[in-house]
Amino acid sequence: MGAAAVEIDLLGIGLAGPGLPGWEASLPVLRGEQAHAGQPTAVPPPTCLPAAERRRAGLAVRAAIAVAEAACTHAGLAPAALASVFTSSSGDGGNCHSLCESLAAPDPLVSPTRFTNSVHNAAAGYWHIAVTGRQASTSLCAFDASFDAGLTEAVMQVLALRQPVLLVACDAPYPQPLQAVRPLPDAMGVALVLAPAGTVAQPLARLCLALQPDAGEPVTDCTDAGLGALRAQIPAARALPLLAAVARGEAARIVLPGSGAGVGAGAVRLHIDVNGPA
Amino acid sequence: MGGLDGSALPAALADFDCRNNCLAWLGLQQDGFADAVARARARWGAHRVAVLMVTSTSGILQTELAYRHRGSEGPLPADFHYAQTHNTGSLALFAAQALGLRGPAWVVSTACSSSAKVFAAAQRLIEAGWADAAVVGGVDSLCLTTLYGFNSLELFSPEICRPWDARRSGLSLGEAAAYALLQRGEGPGDAPAGEPAAGWLLGTGESSDGYHMSSPHPEGVGAIAAMRQALDSAGCEAAAVDYINLHGTATPNNDAMEDRAVRAVFGDAVPCSSTKGATGHTLGAAGAVEAAVALLALQQGFIPGGLNCGERDPALGANYVTESRAAPLRRVLSNSFGFGGSNASLLLGAA
Repeated sequence: MGAAAVEIDLLGIGLAGPGLPGWEASLPVLRGEQAHAGQPTAVPPPTCLPAAERRRAGLAVRAAIAVAEAACTHAGLAPAALASVFTSSSGDGGNCHSLCESLAAPDPLVSPTRFTNSVHNAAAGYWHIAVTGRQASTSLCAFDASFDAGLTEAVMQVLALRQPVLLVACDAPYPQPLQAVRPLPDAMGVALVLAPAGTVAQPLARLCLALQPDAGEPVTDCTDAGLGALRAQIPAARALPLLAAVARGEAARIVLPGSGAGVGAGAVRLHIDVNGPA
Repeated sequence: MGGLDGSALPAALADFDCRNNCLAWLGLQQDGFADAVARARARWGAHRVAVLMVTSTSGILQTELAYRHRGSEGPLPADFHYAQTHNTGSLALFAAQALGLRGPAWVVSTACSSSAKVFAAAQRLIEAGWADAAVVGGVDSLCLTTLYGFNSLELFSPEICRPWDARRSGLSLGEAAAYALLQRGEGPGDAPAGEPAAGWLLGTGESSDGYHMSSPHPEGVGAIAAMRQALDSAGCEAAAVDYINLHGTATPNNDAMEDRAVRAVFGDAVPCSSTKGATGHTLGAAGAVEAAVALLALQQGFIPGGLNCGERDPALGANYVTESRAAPLRRVLSNSFGFGGSNASLLLGAA
């Protein structure tokens, strides 16, 4: 890999998506032992949220917090100690729709909670309140490349802070009419706890990442057609080829499209070697 | 701002047409900025220049207006461009395409702290060797969401905003586009891209309150952590800071919290002021606007006085400056705080 390749460890995963009810339960599908079945996304209630915040939080926030909680538990790390990177293409689509509806009324009345929830960092804000986390947190958006951008920023944070960082990628569908212009089939959340290489004796996987100019190497798809369809439709599902490689526990090269603009000559891809060079 | 409603965008960027991107475009044409970026692109390569933008509401005004015109169950208009206007990431796509850059590109959107945070993100990419330069900046424009939203939280001042004034009663909204070009370099005295630096990014600090979605922690724990981190990351003593550009929104809560936090870190001697009395609160753009103000202060050697503070709040103890004055400055700290309990501080140094 290039001179700027960096190594980090993956310590924990949280997952909730269509037909993907948690990391452990999804292993057979991710390993290719079972075909993916398109069940609606089940979002467990976010137990860490105080009751008042739980009432106010929309689907995108609840899904993000559920996977964040699962990833921290999986990694065996206290959530309050983790810096976080939240990334989402849509934010809370239902909240956005309700706000636009209210604002279209002849005499608009906006609920303060709806306005507060409209900030792109709502999920991060609720999460840090829930766990009393005072570490740095950022919230990103890069349209279809939101996972790629979030992973890049999380890796940069791990290098800069030299401590574990929580990455949470989450998307939730819009109601109509926005659904027609931005069709997202269902909610999906993926959370990864990433740490400096060598933090623990046995990480889930060692990842070696680098930005590489596009040399015609294809972007990695999923072998399972159902997972491939999700990957094409939900930005957070761009994590699936990486998750499948981790689930298999073998060495693999994953190519993500990356967050930079453009395709073809001059485009920059995000290359990830999972568990050593494939 | 006037003149943002008719499309000023070149034909190749026509799908991006909305108030926010028109403001973004107008900003790129100022002060030779696009030319400086073109030189950086030629020097480092388009794929080595990152584009890290900030917006809190992107082009959502487009969607709000479309909802008004669609009727109760109607679709959005056929020429509605979600990815290029509504989506929070639209600004980074727009800037990357407008500037012909191919490095990592995304939008940071942590409400009003964000455009300080892109400086830190750019520094990380450059230090890791994943980029050699980065265009960072923030653009936010008026929309119904922020107008009615801040009104619902009773955070607007009924008159001009008055940071640090005893009678302050809330913020005034502003619109702005502000950018900076960050390049790899060795520090003061170095001219990394063969051209003189406007200043140096010496340190950054980021933290969360973990307290409340729309109110800052009353003791300013997050603000204190962000300021201390900015100092620590630069290896700089508090006493070496010559001026602090405050977040200073003029809401009763923010100014009280920030005053406490600044005194906890710096004592009550360091001159400080909020320039929001002059610019209004430009939300996601505020951190970049105020980084630009800080760099101007460093370059020109002056401390900008905070406007509209006629009757200083006796409960606030920081050394708040109301009259602009000449002063040789070496290091300036800029604070940005936002909804969701997000805090960021930048430490900038003279060239």
